[in-house]
Amino acid sequence: MNLWGIRNWPAVQELLLEHLYLAVVPTVVGVAVALPIGLLLRDRRRARSIAVVLSSMVFTIPSLALFVVLPVILGTRVLDPINVVIALTLYTVALSVRTTFEALDAVPAATREAATAIGYSSWKRALAVDLPLAIPVLTAGTRVVAVTNVSMVSVGAVIGIGGLGQLFTTGYQRDFPEQILTGLVLILLLAIVFDRIIALIGRAFTPWIRGASLKASERRLRALAQALPEVGRLREVVGRVR
Amino acid sequence: MFADFIAYLADGTNWAGTTGILNRLVQHLYYSGLALGIGAVIAVPLGLVIGHTGKGEGIIVGLANTMRALPSLGLMTLLVLLMSSTLIPPITALVLLAVPPLLAGVYAGIANVDRSAVDAARAMGMTEWQVLWRVEVPNALPLIVGGLRGATLQVVATATIAAFVNLGGLGRYIFDGLALYDYTRVFVGAVLVTALALVLDGLLALVVRLVQPGTGRLALRDPALLAAIDERAPVEAQP
Repeated sequence: MNLWGIRNWPAVQELLLEHLYLAVVPTVVGVAVALPIGLLLRDRRRARSIAVVLSSMVFTIPSLALFVVLPVILGTRVLDPINVVIALTLYTVALSVRTTFEALDAVPAATREAATAIGYSSWKRALAVDLPLAIPVLTAGTRVVAVTNVSMVSVGAVIGIGGLGQLFTTGYQRDFPEQILTGLVLILLLAIVFDRIIALIGRAFTPWIRGASLKASERRLRALAQALPEVGRLREVVGRVR
Repeated sequence: MFADFIAYLADGTNWAGTTGILNRLVQHLYYSGLALGIGAVIAVPLGLVIGHTGKGEGIIVGLANTMRALPSLGLMTLLVLLMSSTLIPPITALVLLAVPPLLAGVYAGIANVDRSAVDAARAMGMTEWQVLWRVEVPNALPLIVGGLRGATLQVVATATIAAFVNLGGLGRYIFDGLALYDYTRVFVGAVLVTALALVLDGLLALVVRLVQPGTGRLALRDPALLAAIDERAPVEAQP
């Protein structure tokens, strides 16, 4: 951190908090919206391909374009932070729906069939088997989205919203590189911290991966086998067939 | 707003001249193309080496993710203040934006090629160079072009901020419009950038399909090759 940032810490801190809000809210809301959509549409071919096409179309809209057009469409004020929140939420949903599909596809078919065979209903299987096994891929995708969001918020500064990005616009107008550097360093730090937090959350929800040489899926299946009395039933069935 | 937008586009005088839509479009494509070209010169060889040898994976993945967090606007404004050049700052910012997706595409493409195909090529006595160019690169092409697609999208979208430091491109409409409270102009800029991004993304999506290995979509479009095949013998039906 350079001297300018320390001397002006109260003002910088306010921008930092605004930046944090503008980046975190869309990430959390976006992932929370995308997960059920992904779970619901994953096995419906047509709906799924429509979702993929729609999400890539949303993603082609440049962020600056979306920031300036949203007030026209929504009737919000141009300087309302909600425009940035909605725009970034849209991107997050678009990206996370695709990540959810990929993450669910990465669950081994054998595992899913085994869960069905031991009597899981499709919903129970989705929540108790598919979703937990999809977490590593989901986490990876969410980390990319989160880091991108932290960086993209700053573009909002050119229309007067955008947390630390305002250090760029005012620093540029005042011909003051130190101010811009403060913004750059803080945004990078914020992104790294956000990225680490999501990685840690992902790891907390996948205890079977830690230090495992086995594939995550095999580990999960073993854990299931030990924990569930139903698996005994599966063995019985397999034994009888033999 | 939509009526004003249509009226703006329908007016021929808005298309011609140095501040016309056509020239802004060419400027936009020039900045984007230049940044993507320089980005590719940096990212492609690096991605090929790392993907082929498997060395330096950890560093590159970490670095690429950190680079995603680097805000282009901040980098560009900082460079403008630190140097006198007008073109280098925005191009540098755009190059740094293009490198992570390109690098990720090339690296992941090469690293994900079926190991048995690579081993078979080595067993046949191919040199490492031949393995790379004749086995790994053709098989990795869809992911490589996919990386290019992601990079193009980001660069074209972000090239709008070049107008913030008084350069041309489609961003001019957005920044001029914001300064003049002329929201029709802002809208024109936003829609044109979006349309350009959509068109380029669609074209690259087609290329991704085209380079899918084993489909023969590339080879069988070559008339000379088709003629050669016809001459030799009735080929077995393509599956």
